[in-house]
Amino acid sequence: MTDGTERQPFILTRADHLITWAQKNSLWPFGSGLACCAIEMIATAAARYDIARFGMELFRASPRQADLFIVAGTVTRKMAPSIRRLWEQMADPKWVVAMGNCAVSGGPFPTYSVVQGVDQVIPVDVHIAGCPPTPQGLLHGLMILQQKIAASHPTQEIFDPHARRTG
Amino acid sequence: MAFKEIELNMGPQHPSTHGVLRLKLSVDNEVVLAIEPVIGYLHRGMEKLWESLTYRQIVPLTDRLDYLAAVSNNLAYVLAVEKLMGLEVPPRARYIRVILAELQRLASHLAWVGFMANDIGAMTVLLYSFEDREDILDIFEAYVGARLTVHGVRIGGVPFDLDEQVIGMIRRVLDETPKKVADIEKLLNDNRIWLHRTRGVGVISAADALGLGLTGPALRATGVAWDIRRDLPYSSYEDFEFDVPVRPGGDVYDRYLVRMEEIRQSLRIVRQALGRLRPGEHRVKVPRVLKIPAGEVFHTIEAPKGELGFYIRSNGTDKPERVKMKSPSFINLQSLERMSKGYLFSDVVGILGSLDIVLGEIDK
Amino acid sequence: MPEELADFPALEHIAGSLQDRFGEAIAETSFEKRELAVKVRTADLLAVLEFLRSGLGFNALNDMIGLDHPPRAEETGKRFSILYQLYKFPGGLRVRVVIDVDEGEPVPSVTSIYRSADWAEREIFDMFGIRFSGHPGLRRIYLPDDFEGHPLRKDFPLGG
Repeated sequence: MTDGTERQPFILTRADHLITWAQKNSLWPFGSGLACCAIEMIATAAARYDIARFGMELFRASPRQADLFIVAGTVTRKMAPSIRRLWEQMADPKWVVAMGNCAVSGGPFPTYSVVQGVDQVIPVDVHIAGCPPTPQGLLHGLMILQQKIAASHPTQEIFDPHARRTG
Repeated sequence: MAFKEIELNMGPQHPSTHGVLRLKLSVDNEVVLAIEPVIGYLHRGMEKLWESLTYRQIVPLTDRLDYLAAVSNNLAYVLAVEKLMGLEVPPRARYIRVILAELQRLASHLAWVGFMANDIGAMTVLLYSFEDREDILDIFEAYVGARLTVHGVRIGGVPFDLDEQVIGMIRRVLDETPKKVADIEKLLNDNRIWLHRTRGVGVISAADALGLGLTGPALRATGVAWDIRRDLPYSSYEDFEFDVPVRPGGDVYDRYLVRMEEIRQSLRIVRQALGRLRPGEHRVKVPRVLKIPAGEVFHTIEAPKGELGFYIRSNGTDKPERVKMKSPSFINLQSLERMSKGYLFSDVVGILGSLDIVLGEIDK
Repeated sequence: MPEELADFPALEHIAGSLQDRFGEAIAETSFEKRELAVKVRTADLLAVLEFLRSGLGFNALNDMIGLDHPPRAEETGKRFSILYQLYKFPGGLRVRVVIDVDEGEPVPSVTSIYRSADWAEREIFDMFGIRFSGHPGLRRIYLPDDFEGHPLRKDFPLGG
């Protein structure tokens, strides 16, 4: 991730602003609703907390049509290969949000069948703590993701395809 | 070249499987021949974990079982512990538990109707019912601080007394919910598409249902009036007047009607409980280190999903020897194949929705 | 004050009928916390359950519970127990049938009497490693097929 300390051509920074503005305001979530957090995710998408104001109301059922993977719930060892495969099926640019304590670090389950954090399976951009995080918490986490996207430099990938992610 | 039998895979990642459930279907063109559910994608090892926690520490973890009806799980577990201890809770606590449990049933059924309608295609109902559900979650948040994983019942009683603000919110819900439920029914009950997709679909007979261990609204929709609140009352349910809705048909439409009627009955129970609240203690003192002498108990309640129960075996220490949960969704899911054989593949989504399963409860 | 079985005539009748019918095969009858439990030999399990279902009307199997108690293996030689929690509807009566099982001892499957035992037995096999003979398809239900070990055994560590 670059911090913008190198000097860049003006036209590219302008292009970055435009591209990131478009990306962060139209993220299409792939709701991987695994457990209790999925219910709060759906409540966030419902009328009161209205995720549509952020442009994210279009939850896709297929990973190929989505660019934001919200891992909402406990990832078990049995489910982990599916999570990996779904993430690989998503096209770049893609982001991952680990929602809830289970996705962040295994939650209250230090057991034989639970993966202690989805970042052991796929790279995560934003971790949202909570059990479950309230809809306000999820929205706050998504806003932080939007800030992260706004600070990124997609035009750098024209020159270096690996600029965005090393994972 | 003629294709006869095809094997299809639904899930574990699927928008309509209500969680991480995998269904292996065998279809002949569009007609379902066999379904094998594959579960375990959310198996978190809860029962093993519980053996290393104290009785009190287990209560918040039970929230995560049926996460759409957290208070029901709390209540089932706490009642089993109190039966094992031989502990009586004060009347006010029992009435407050009834209020919380019935509000939770409301929230669970509202979420259910939203999901079910959404699966069949009526997305509006999802938005309506989730908005109605928010009012009930606000009550829980005002009462105990959490919306979803409520932890609203504790060993010895309930965590707080009902104050004026919470009672006011409950009264508002009692006044406003009937109209909201009527709105949803206006959208669905006589809707041609809804009827076409739910009437006569997924039929199961009462005998089959009982043999497969089906419980809850799906069983009552086959004509069997089995309700633990009526048959083996707990927490003062015997003090309240309510009907147990039963329908004869055993299809998806009947299950829908049973649950909508249960919403109305829940409102009736909460109204009575609220009206009859007498001043008193809302909890009794329980020792900080809670050791229970060796014994075993099996206790069930009527949760929104079916008959939910716990078997607890104690060994004299502060941690249980064994806790086993009787999970209604786990047993109900076994009936899916019987209900779906011979129907179309697109009906499976509706039938699965009408069973009202929660994977947290199935997989523990 | 401790409650007596005689205070609950319906349950007393059940205990009496079982005693009359099976006599020696009923190893132990206990009544604690208003719950009636009978312990039987594994060989008599199917007969007892069939009698309870068709003779006494216990038409529902609420749950099957597996237990592991390694210290008991030294006393009686059997570390596991399986509990069958039965329910009679209508009537609101419950009874618990208990069998003690040894390591490696197969238990007859009760799916022919109660169809809902299918998944319950698979769960006990998955968690304890107890095999059920005559089961229509015994395999793990929660854990992946290649998982090694049976988690609810007392010697299996929580973290795996």
